[in-house]
Amino acid sequence: MESSAELLNEIAEALQRGDDERTRALVSDAVARKITAKQILDQGLIAGMNVVGEQFKCQDIFLPDVLLAARAMYAGLDVIKPLLISEKVASRGKVVIGSVQGDLHDIGKNLVGIMLKGAGFEVVDLGSDVAPERFVETAKSENAQVVGMSALLTTTMTAMKRTVELLKTQGLAGTVKTIIGGAPVTAEYARSIGADAYGYDAANAVEQVKRLMGTTSRNT
Amino acid sequence: MRPTVRFLSDVLVRQIVDEAREVLAKVGVEITNRTVGRLLMEHGAQIDPKSNRFLLSGTMIDRALGTAPSGFRLYDARGDQALDLSGLNVHFTPGSAALNILDFDTSEIRRPATRDYVRYAKLMCGLKHIAAQSTAFIPNDVPEAISDSYRLYLSLMFCEKPVVTGTFRAESFRVMKEMQLAIRGTEPELKEKPLTVFSCCPTAPLRWSNDTSQNVVDCAQSMIPVEFISMPLAGFMAPVTLVGTLVQHTAETLSGIVISQCAKRGAPMLYGGSPAIFDVRYETTPMGAIETMMIDCAYSEIGRYLHLPTQAYIGLSDAKLLDAQAGLESSVGATLAALSGINSVSGPGMLDFESCQSLEKLVLDNEVCGMALRLIQGIEPREDFPAVPLFEEMLREKHLLIARHTRKHLKTEHFFPGRVIDRANRPRWKDTGSATLGARAHLEVERLVKAWTPSRLPETVRKDLTRLMADEAKRSGMNALPSLE
Repeated sequence: MESSAELLNEIAEALQRGDDERTRALVSDAVARKITAKQILDQGLIAGMNVVGEQFKCQDIFLPDVLLAARAMYAGLDVIKPLLISEKVASRGKVVIGSVQGDLHDIGKNLVGIMLKGAGFEVVDLGSDVAPERFVETAKSENAQVVGMSALLTTTMTAMKRTVELLKTQGLAGTVKTIIGGAPVTAEYARSIGADAYGYDAANAVEQVKRLMGTTSRNT
Repeated sequence: MRPTVRFLSDVLVRQIVDEAREVLAKVGVEITNRTVGRLLMEHGAQIDPKSNRFLLSGTMIDRALGTAPSGFRLYDARGDQALDLSGLNVHFTPGSAALNILDFDTSEIRRPATRDYVRYAKLMCGLKHIAAQSTAFIPNDVPEAISDSYRLYLSLMFCEKPVVTGTFRAESFRVMKEMQLAIRGTEPELKEKPLTVFSCCPTAPLRWSNDTSQNVVDCAQSMIPVEFISMPLAGFMAPVTLVGTLVQHTAETLSGIVISQCAKRGAPMLYGGSPAIFDVRYETTPMGAIETMMIDCAYSEIGRYLHLPTQAYIGLSDAKLLDAQAGLESSVGATLAALSGINSVSGPGMLDFESCQSLEKLVLDNEVCGMALRLIQGIEPREDFPAVPLFEEMLREKHLLIARHTRKHLKTEHFFPGRVIDRANRPRWKDTGSATLGARAHLEVERLVKAWTPSRLPETVRKDLTRLMADEAKRSGMNALPSLE
C-alpha cells in the first residue's frame, strides 16, 4: 500500500491533470485511510493547485487547464467538506464578489470567482448590479474577509468608492478588505478610493486575495 | 479552404513564359564558364556569332522542364524529414549570407564573428516556425576563402535543421559536399535525403558567372538541390514594369533550369529569386517594397504553372533597427508569401537590404511565420454543426472555457505566439516591467540560446566535420579554427 504522502501526491497530480473523477476517488481513499481533512486539503488539493497556478503564470498551461483543475478541486472539497467542519479546520477564507451597482457585466467577475474557488477560497457570488449596502451586509452576515468588486464601465466605478466608504463608516475597514478590478479600473484608482488591492486579471486577483488573507506563503 | 492570393491571370502567365522563351532563343544568356558552355552546346545550344551569347531553344527548355522534379524533400542532420517542398506547402528559412548583424547591446550594425554565428545556430534550434536554418551571415574571423564552408560547418555542428546555403567560390563546393557526406555516410544516402539547398544566382541581366554556373552543375551532378536566385532590378537592370521584370526573371530562371537539367536530368531545384524594384531616389533595392513582394508572388505563380517548387527572398525589411518598419515589411512579406504558397520563404531575421541579420528579429519573425502558417490553415468547420448543442451548453455552463469542444480545438484553432508578442493587459504589462518589443525579443534570444541542447550527431561525425573544416582552413593559411566555446 502506498504511503499517505504518496496518496496525497497522487491527489495533487490528479488535480493538476484536471481529472475530477480521479481526484474525488483519491480523496475518498484518503478519507478512508484516516488522513485528516486538513492534510488532504493542504498537502493534496491546495498543493496541486499551487503547481497549477505556477504553471499558468509561466504559460506552460492555459486558462482552461486551470479551470479544469479548479473543477477537480471542487470535487475533492465536496468529499471533505463535512470533515473540515467537524475537524474545525479554518476555511482558507471567504470572499464576497459581485459586479457593482449599475453594471451588468459579469464575465470577468465570474472568472475571478472560479479561480478563487479553485484556489480553495469560499466564494459568495452576489451576481451583477450589486448595491454597496448589499456587499457590506453580506460581508457581515457571511463573516467574509474580503469583498471583491468588478466594473466594466467608468460610470459604474464610483459605486466601488461608495462601498469602500460604507465599510469604513461601519467600522469594518480593518477586518473586511476590498479588492477591485475590471477594464477601466487601475491600481491608481484603487489607491485613490482606499481599496486594499487591485487585480489586473483573474489570476492576479487570486494572488492579491491571498496577500490580503495573509496566506500567500501557505503551503507554497 | 486554404486562402490564396493571385496576381497573374492564366493568360498573362502564359504570355510572360512565351516572351521569356523568345528572349532566351533570340537574346540568349552570357556564360563565361567554358565547361558549362560546352555542356549547353552538347545539348543543342547555339552561339550567337555577334554577341557570343548562348541561345537556348524552346526544345531545350521543354526538355529541361520535362525532367525537372515538381518537388523534393529536405531532411535534417539525423535523416528525419523536415520540409516537403512541393504543392502549396510553405516553409520559412532565415534570410541568408548577411555581411553584418545588428548587435542588440550596442544597437550597432557590425561584422559578426564565430561567437555570433554559434549563438545564431543555437537560437535556430528553438525557433519552431522556421523549419530550415540558413547560413545566415558571414563570420569575419576566418579567411574569406573559407567563409562559405565555415558557415555551413558551424550550422551543421550546432543545429540539426536542414541548411539553405551556397558557395562564394566554385572551389568551396568540394568540402561543403564532403561535410554532408560525413553526416549522411554515402553518396546514395545524400541523394536520397538532401540536407542542404545551394543558392545559385544569375547576374542581371541574363548572365551566369563562372563560379555560379559551375556550382549549378556541381550540385546537379551530386543531386544536391539548388535554388535559382534571379535578381532583376525593376527600372535599372530590368524593365521598370512588373511584367517586364517577370519576363526577365522567367528567362534567367529557365536558363538555370536548362543548365541544371543538362548537367543531370531530374536534379532537384527551386524556382526562386530575389528580385526587387530599384528605388531611384535612394539608389537602393528595397526588399520591403510592396512591388518587390508582388514580383515574388507573381513569379511563384509562374513556377507553379511550370510544375516546379518555388522559393523567394520575401519577408525581409530594409529597416536598420528592430522597429515598426521592420515589423510591417516582414509581416506583409511573410503573409503574402504564405498566401502565395511559396515553398521556401527566405527572409526571417533580415534587415538593411539583405545585408544584416538580427537574432532579435529572428525571434520576432518566428512569430510572424507562425501567424502566417496559421493563416493558410484557413477556416474550416470543426464539429461546429449542428450549432445548437454547443450554444445550449454555453448557456447551461455559463461559459465554454472547459467545454470538450474548446479543449479539443483550442490549440489548433488559435495560434499561441511566444512571449515576444505582448498580449497582456496594460497593468500586467506594466507590472512585468513595461518591456519593449526589442527587450522582450532579446530576453527570448537569451532564453532560447540557454535552452539549446547539443546536436545529436554522433561524436565521430562531429570530429569528421571539424577535421574537414580544419584542413580547409589550413589550405587558406589558417592553422587553428576559432574557438567554438
